[in-house]
Amino acid sequence: MRAPSLRTRLASRGFDGTTLLVLPGLAVMLGLFIYPFFYGLADSLMPKEGVWYANYANFFSDPFQYRTIAATLWLAIPVTIVNLAFAVPIAFRVRLMTRQRLLTTILVLPITLGTVFVADGLLTFLGPQGWFNRVMILVGLFDGPVKLTNNYWGVFASLVITGFPFAFLLTLSYVTGIDPAIEQAAATLGASPRQRFMRVFLPLLVPGLAVTFCLAFVQAFAVFPSAVLLGSPAGSTRVISIAAYQAAFEQYDHSLGSAIAMIMGAVELVIVLLVLGSRSLFYRGPTGGTKG
Amino acid sequence: MTLPAQDGAKTQVPKQTARLELDGLRRSFGSYNALDGIDLTIEPGEFIALLGPSGCGKSTALNCVAGLLGLSGGEIRLGGNRIDELEPEKRGFGMVFQSYALFPHMSVRRNVGFGLTMQGIRGAEADRRIEEALALVRLESQIDKLPGQLSGGQQQRVAIARAIVIRPPIVLMDEPLSNLDAKLRLEMRAEIRGIHDQIGSTTIYVTHDQDEALSLADRIVVMSQGRIMQIGSPQDLYQRPVHIEVADFMGFRTRIAGPIVGVSGEEAAIDVAGARLTGTMREPLRIGDAAVLSVRPEDLVAVDDGNGMPATVVSMEYRGRAFFGMARAGDDSVLYFRADRALPRGASVTLQPASGQALLFKEAGA
Repeated sequence: MRAPSLRTRLASRGFDGTTLLVLPGLAVMLGLFIYPFFYGLADSLMPKEGVWYANYANFFSDPFQYRTIAATLWLAIPVTIVNLAFAVPIAFRVRLMTRQRLLTTILVLPITLGTVFVADGLLTFLGPQGWFNRVMILVGLFDGPVKLTNNYWGVFASLVITGFPFAFLLTLSYVTGIDPAIEQAAATLGASPRQRFMRVFLPLLVPGLAVTFCLAFVQAFAVFPSAVLLGSPAGSTRVISIAAYQAAFEQYDHSLGSAIAMIMGAVELVIVLLVLGSRSLFYRGPTGGTKG
Repeated sequence: MTLPAQDGAKTQVPKQTARLELDGLRRSFGSYNALDGIDLTIEPGEFIALLGPSGCGKSTALNCVAGLLGLSGGEIRLGGNRIDELEPEKRGFGMVFQSYALFPHMSVRRNVGFGLTMQGIRGAEADRRIEEALALVRLESQIDKLPGQLSGGQQQRVAIARAIVIRPPIVLMDEPLSNLDAKLRLEMRAEIRGIHDQIGSTTIYVTHDQDEALSLADRIVVMSQGRIMQIGSPQDLYQRPVHIEVADFMGFRTRIAGPIVGVSGEEAAIDVAGARLTGTMREPLRIGDAAVLSVRPEDLVAVDDGNGMPATVVSMEYRGRAFFGMARAGDDSVLYFRADRALPRGASVTLQPASGQALLFKEAGA
């Protein structure tokens, strides 16, 4: 009997013509992600002057620099939590609607607006003479105009508007992935709507919410244009991307800029690992009622 | 099939057994009437099957009883008290779903115990009842597994245990066996009836499978287009369907149309291409009326004496004891029949309903 051909042996291990389709993607990954990453890492370790870790040492010894980490987290984490807190109940409502598509389209629309467009709109809307302040003063909630732009809250609002559709879409897909009969079963067994949510939906949603949290967080952590346009880029919203930008393009120290970018990536990685790691405390299998 | 020991079963008697009345139940979705006036009284301890093709409203009716769907009109009463405005969680009915609907993140023990926890029953009492319910479905050994680790049949048994552990006055089952393979379906069928007989709850069982309904139910409710077509015992429905649609559902697959040419007592004959075919009248008919003769494949027999309806064999298949075939008549209508030997395709055959087995209905629209 002849031994099977090379082609057959490769195919049995999952290599065939289709495998070649991976190559373009692989090339893009290598060229646009892996290579720049290692280039940046190497760049950051070759400072203008001093020892190889001088950039990192400088960053962590200068409060004006290292405080950007806290400032960015102080924006990104609350924004992400708020986005998820909005997304979950709305996704639960939309799940039951027959005209899902229309509402989903409206909710997702902000994703198509550019950050600058949103920032410009918010500057007018939330500004001292904007509609928001005028209405609040008119109904008597505010005594005088409240400063909502060129500070923390302006950036916060912008990140919620651009980040929410993303969090919502992901949450909706997780929520609709749960067999509605599971909730009905809980209802017939005597669980109130609150108990159904806490005991059945939430435990099933946690893994999906963790992934959503990570993606939304990373997006918010990289905030740049709205922090400049709507915040106070020299003060409370001097986020880490501004620090990197200033180092690279204002002080022309690309090595320090790369180091700050690396630190930014490391902070994101730590948060993502923490969140994903906590998933293991929860059930992570299929959320359908039937055998997968 | 052996059922589990009976000693635990006595404690499974439901808290209340009361008559369930559905009175003029209506439910519409937009302009579509899914339920169009359902009247049904179910006695305590009865096993009722709601039978009908998909879209006939049987699942809608069940969901209305469970409280998962609101009514557009009518009333539901349990023991004389209106329950149609109660939320599902306040009704205390056990429900079993086609998709099992187990909580995938909970062990079998916690799945079955869920309803008890909701009632505030915990500790030793809960453990005892969970084990009792699992014994009833013969799954004691799987108590610490997750649903995903069980087979489909086991998952559905857990779902049944979860529904009956709360000792519901009424158990609702929505096509519980449809996702299982044929052999398992037969086994589970016997088990479901056994459990029903032991716990004494009223059971409402929705199915589109007439065999399931015939073998399980005390009474079958045949539904079509949101209405009840017929209510009766399995024997009643099988032998004396009152409507041609019910007959169709009960296996009277062949329909032969023709004018009535003779009536004597319960019997009448129609004329088809010169042949006289005799059947039992299920509706009053007179000579000259347009009628439809409805007959099961096993009761439409290929005869050799030439006295019957001529047709041409299209296909034959062997099903154990006999050959069953499909033939086409002169007017292109399709006839399902039985023969004692294989007939070649294209052969001429003469078909005659077995004596007393065909039914006659008025032709629709006539």
